[in-house]
Amino acid sequence: MPEYSILIGGKAGEGLNKAGIILARIMNGLGYRVFMYYDYPSLIRGGHNFSIIRAAPRRIYSHRTGVDFLLAMNRETLDLHAHRRSAGTVAIFNSDAVKAEGIGLPLSQIAKEEGAPEIARNTGIIAGFCGASGIPWDVLESTLRKEIPRGLESNLAIARRAFSAVEPVPAARIATLPRTEKILPFLTGNEAAGLGLLAGGLQAYVAYPMTPTSNLLHFLAGVPADLGLTVVHPENEIGVMLMALGFAYAGKKVAVGTSGGGFCLMTEGFSLSGMSEIPVVVMLGQRPGPSTGLPTYSCQTELHFAANAGQGEFVRFIVAPGDLEETYFWASAALSLSWKFQIPSIVLYDKNLAEHGYNFDIDSVPPLPDMPAMAWDRNTPYRRYALTESGVSPLAFPSAKGAVVKVNGYAHDESGITTEEAGMVTRMQEKILRKGEGLAEDLRGMPTVTVSGSKGAGDTLLSWGSTAGVCREVGEALGLRVVQPVVLNPIPAGKVREALEGSRRVVTVEQNATGQLEKLLALHSIRPDGRILKYDGRPFALDELEARVREALA
Amino acid sequence: MNGRQLITGAQNTWCPGCGNFSIQFALKALLQDLEKRGTSLDDVVLVTGIGCHAKMADYLNINTFYSIHGRVLPVATAIKLANPDLTVIGCAGDGDAYAEGLDHLIFAAKRNVDITLFIHNNRVYGLTTGQYTPTSPLGFKGRSTPAGTLEYPLNPLELMYASGASFVARGYTRNQPLLKKIMADAVRHQGFSFVDILQICATYFDVHDVYDKYVYELKDHDTHDPAKAMKRILEWDYNNPAPIALGTFLEREIPTFDGRFPVQPAVPAERMGKIRTILESYR
Ligand SMILES: Cc1ncc(C[n+]2csc(CCOP(=O)(O)OP(=O)(O)O)c2C)c(N)n1
Ligand code: SF4
Ligand SMILES: [Mg+2]
Repeated sequence: MPEYSILIGGKAGEGLNKAGIILARIMNGLGYRVFMYYDYPSLIRGGHNFSIIRAAPRRIYSHRTGVDFLLAMNRETLDLHAHRRSAGTVAIFNSDAVKAEGIGLPLSQIAKEEGAPEIARNTGIIAGFCGASGIPWDVLESTLRKEIPRGLESNLAIARRAFSAVEPVPAARIATLPRTEKILPFLTGNEAAGLGLLAGGLQAYVAYPMTPTSNLLHFLAGVPADLGLTVVHPENEIGVMLMALGFAYAGKKVAVGTSGGGFCLMTEGFSLSGMSEIPVVVMLGQRPGPSTGLPTYSCQTELHFAANAGQGEFVRFIVAPGDLEETYFWASAALSLSWKFQIPSIVLYDKNLAEHGYNFDIDSVPPLPDMPAMAWDRNTPYRRYALTESGVSPLAFPSAKGAVVKVNGYAHDESGITTEEAGMVTRMQEKILRKGEGLAEDLRGMPTVTVSGSKGAGDTLLSWGSTAGVCREVGEALGLRVVQPVVLNPIPAGKVREALEGSRRVVTVEQNATGQLEKLLALHSIRPDGRILKYDGRPFALDELEARVREALA
Repeated sequence: MNGRQLITGAQNTWCPGCGNFSIQFALKALLQDLEKRGTSLDDVVLVTGIGCHAKMADYLNINTFYSIHGRVLPVATAIKLANPDLTVIGCAGDGDAYAEGLDHLIFAAKRNVDITLFIHNNRVYGLTTGQYTPTSPLGFKGRSTPAGTLEYPLNPLELMYASGASFVARGYTRNQPLLKKIMADAVRHQGFSFVDILQICATYFDVHDVYDKYVYELKDHDTHDPAKAMKRILEWDYNNPAPIALGTFLEREIPTFDGRFPVQPAVPAERMGKIRTILESYR
């Protein structure tokens, strides 16, 4: 089956993310399933940016090292990506900036003649690509009409000129796929997360900008007003977390978003959530540390941080989705579970999932179980921390007639008043931990561990989060089972063991340097036979992981 | 719920002679007054930090959010945004608001969110047994600075003026009638109301004789004249002996943060339909 990889590269600040999205939408419109990798340094201008769009007739989650088309806005792009070229790679470049072999288009000159801004040269090179690969003009035009809200006419003029200036390259023809399956939306993990939170009933979102979750903030700030969502960007992440707890105390379903550094500042409030039993969902997008690290790259290094953040002992729910469907489902479920059990939740994802583009099939998302929060009956005298068998106390919010709602970060009694009395302190500690049993019970009926690839195979890749996506593809290619614990706290150890049953060799695949999933599973006596780790900030390319898996299983 | 019992059964653990009793007394009067004027106490929320002052959350039988050290204001701000019909009051310590949570203080004033903040300014960390705070005078000998502090205090009123607070006042725990009046005015004011209350700490910083000597009530002061307000604010720098004005220094009528947010739709849109519409745009 045919598949294609297209790289478009140039200087930072020249719209290469957008150009990548347009290319991805074109391929998506032709009936392919697409993935878009976007690589950018942590600066606004200068430096090298590129997108790789991979298109295949089946669901995909990763890019390949090699490319079939190399679209170069500058010399650097050709130089930096020379290793990605093979004999058949078609290079298309701006001949006003680069002298090279391949298809040169005088893009700067065309843009100037059409009175268009520099950024419109991207449209020209995309049109050149369509011309070379035989993609019909109307597919290109309709995509541009949708994607370019401003200056459309000059962009179309440039596109027309570039499109007709390039002769189709017969060996590089890209076919339109027969319409056997529906065209799926193409979006990022941040967008899917935002939609999932909204589906779960999100009423307030509070965040301080930080890659890779800033775009979730931007997305939610832009949703239609009639969804009734309040979005606040406060002074810092300490304020973010405490504001979130204020919203939830007043009855609003709330989430916050950040990355590791911001979550460091949130941990104090996170622990307050545990003690005061105020629900909050943290969208924690991982990027490599320690400290500022590699702000715009990806990793899976915060599993143990998330699991242990905050002083004291309290129940938390942690889930690490691996694709957009899981992101949507679990963002929504996290909100419901947080409210049902009055606990904090963490949706642990990463730059690879948050900012890269994937297809999303909402119809394949399992229906969310109905998980209402426990409301006060308005008859019994209200006690915010009433001791119950489940550990969950009925909720009331300020302004409820006849209820005095007292929440407290100190050890407290049932009415929420501070106490240091040994008996009450013990009962309350047990109460907040008891909620974990109900949580685990509810999770039993949910897809907390997924098995993919060749499900019955003896050799198994064990992975989590966005890395599970590329593992699925490797699993399919090499005939391996792929097991992915999606929920990581409480870890569904029994289900993981079941999923691994009959495996001959188990190899973990993680994007960190110390094997964080492996360590977690070791606590439950699950011990893999090998490990594949990567910690340069770049997610595994499909061929790269394939080679490492072959090596590990040799 | 008229005539509610306002004091909980929690055991009171303030030291004898502590100024917090006076603030509690004034708060009680404030709540009774609110109730008389038709505000249901079910619609009142008190947020406190951590410190001696914060025990107010345990002692008053109203909705309370006993927050963490320095974090009164983000909580109070969000409660107001979540439900603008609530009357939201914060009680914070000087360590709380001027040290640990200073960033939130400046932002609450800058945003002009419609909440009221009472600072129990005893100019010392009471609960942690007597260390200096940002308003302790230069040379203050506390347990962390046995040889005396090496830094000047800050003038919180000056800071609040500069940060955009729309109501700036100072009270004193040994002037009950004025304190009650200031508190009532502060809650009535629409916008961020800031009241620095000079509170006696009987155990670690009892300077009531100094205050009694220097305090005076602002009379014939135009609270809407910022230049005059600033002049009065700068009179005492929280360090050197000087006349200490009590009362409301400044009032500004400006739009509130919560008031600028779009009114929430009475009936929120059907979510799944909206989500599918958004998804269509990604095809
Ligand atoms: C994050 C954090 N740091 C330190 C403390 C310890 N601590 C408790 S109260 C307090 C100071 C209280 O001073 P202030 O806010 O002036 O309140 P007061 O006791 O004087 O009323 C400190 C430092 C804490 N609870 N939390
Ligand atoms: S230490 Fe000071 S502020 Fe604290 S209760 Fe005693 S007198 Fe009051
Ligand atoms: Mg103090």
